[in-house]
Amino acid sequence: MIEIAALSSFLLSAVGLAVPIALAALGEMVSERAGVINIGLEGSVIWGALGGALGALAAGPWAGLGTGALCGGATALLFALFAVRLDTDQIITGTAITLGSLGFTGVVFQGRFGATGLALELPTVPVWEIPLLAGLPVLGPALFEQAATAWVALLLAPALGWFLFRTRWGLALRAAGESTVAARAAGERVVRIRILAAVFGGCLAGLAGAHLSLVHTGTFAEGMSAGKGFIAIAVVVLGRWRPWGVLAAALFFGCAEALQFALQAVDADLPYPLFLALPYVLSLAALAGWFGRSRAPAALGGASGG
Amino acid sequence: MTPPSLSAALRRWPLLRPATALLATAAVTAALLALGGHHPGAVFATLIRGAFGTWDRFLSGTLLRATPLLLTGLAVAVAFRARVLNIGAEGQLHAGALAGVAVAVLLPGATGLVLLPATLLAAALAGALWAAVPAAMKTAMGVGEVITTLLMNFVALYLAQFLVQGPLQEARGVFNQTDEIPAAAHLPPLFPGTRLHLGFLIGLGLAFALWLYLTRTPGGFRMRAVGASVRAAEVSGRFRALPVIWMTFLASGIVAGLAGWIQVAGVTRRMYEGLSPGWGYTAIAVALLARLHPLWVIPAAILFGALSAGGGAMQREAGVPEVWVRGIEALVILAVLAVDQTARARADGGGRD
Repeated sequence: MIEIAALSSFLLSAVGLAVPIALAALGEMVSERAGVINIGLEGSVIWGALGGALGALAAGPWAGLGTGALCGGATALLFALFAVRLDTDQIITGTAITLGSLGFTGVVFQGRFGATGLALELPTVPVWEIPLLAGLPVLGPALFEQAATAWVALLLAPALGWFLFRTRWGLALRAAGESTVAARAAGERVVRIRILAAVFGGCLAGLAGAHLSLVHTGTFAEGMSAGKGFIAIAVVVLGRWRPWGVLAAALFFGCAEALQFALQAVDADLPYPLFLALPYVLSLAALAGWFGRSRAPAALGGASGG
Repeated sequence: MTPPSLSAALRRWPLLRPATALLATAAVTAALLALGGHHPGAVFATLIRGAFGTWDRFLSGTLLRATPLLLTGLAVAVAFRARVLNIGAEGQLHAGALAGVAVAVLLPGATGLVLLPATLLAAALAGALWAAVPAAMKTAMGVGEVITTLLMNFVALYLAQFLVQGPLQEARGVFNQTDEIPAAAHLPPLFPGTRLHLGFLIGLGLAFALWLYLTRTPGGFRMRAVGASVRAAEVSGRFRALPVIWMTFLASGIVAGLAGWIQVAGVTRRMYEGLSPGWGYTAIAVALLARLHPLWVIPAAILFGALSAGGGAMQREAGVPEVWVRGIEALVILAVLAVDQTARARADGGGRD
């Protein structure tokens, strides 16, 4: 019985940890499908966390999720104005956005709450416990004791799959990611598509950030995105640019993180950092083709001709 | 959008571009500072005093902090020159620091004559090894280096975390850090009484060496040719690009690996989690501001070192949070990018849709 309880709580924590990664990664997947690799995603996550915190203080946790998503989207818009509209190098621009976001969120946070380091207490988004189902053994809590953001991530996967592969707009978006020349010849407005895709990705990353501050911790701390945006980029690779793959890969990263916490609690001598490194090594292996063919969109990172 | 005279001027005198970018950064920063309720002039004055006010502040603050940025900046500049987008300097730096520390701790009785070259060599090899994985994936499998170098950063960070709390943890076993390296492995201070160490001179030497290599040797020419266009280089230059790309990765990894160990041997004396506050990423800003020119990396790194050193003074003396500096670094990158695009827009004849 103890083992089942431990497994159940491990899965609960794994799914919870996977949610922000899944949200950000699904957003980045859309962006990369349109040919935009947004290394500034980390910036969207941290602005989402701060924007979510400020929104929640002003108008409650649900409004916080909204302001978080908006802040993440605005960050991505700034990125896209440079990297797509001005056609600056996507990687360098993204690096600047991440650096700047980590800096300026600190500036805003310290300006608003002082540099004293007092822990901020935020109203949190409630966890929805689905009656009966949450009581199921092992998987019950993991699946049915999560906040609304988890459902967003879960529903987004099929929705994005339908959008990307079954609609005309999805086709246009993927065309912009495979060949700007061909997409333009077919009459698609590559610059507009790419900006919208990047902003959509930023909104989801912002929501991921708001999840960190309003669901996961109930507080904001400088740098609390802690590489989630970068992890999301790895997750997209491991998920092979497909919605369900990305969701599964995010869950895998969530498990690795939860395993680390669990092992730390059991025995501090276990080499838990190696478990944290494992998903990255597997992402590299996925890129090297160890799990079958994995190919990035052909025009990923390339000029937009803005 | 921009007056043609400005873009023409930027095109004719490339040196105007970093100057314009820095001016734009200063203007935006001043506006943001004013928005945040600070007095921009007073803040800038404090920052400059903090970075250059006394010899000690300049040597033990600015130049000391410029050293890892100089080395990682060179690593990035060399790579980007051949259009190898190595954003893995951070990981290569950690690999170098770990290898150097491992050698220093494992050879405790060795003299400086053995230890200094042995540790530097180990750091260089580890950095090269860390860069070799993305290099192999790019050259053999056609996998772009941006994502792979980024992933390798995290592998290095967690490997470092594992080693400093496991096999390489200090003998006392209290903190997650290595034992202090033997004195024979220290990089000596350049001037008695200051903290600036030999590593800065190594950085200067590498800048000159890389500049000579890039501009005065066939190998450097090939690197630049590959950076301009792989296909054109192979067709007109009649050489294969793959070995050049390999060389670039390795050279970049070696320099970044040295950066990590030099920081340990010159400053921290031990390895711990979070050795680098992200130098491998700031290095991109440094290299870009230097227009990927090894010699210009020197003033660019000093500028960023000054920002970092001055940021502390800014916080202590003007009450402006030090995190501003990170934001300013990002503004520098965006300004350089925007200025370059302004210059290029007209050069293209505006023929793009």
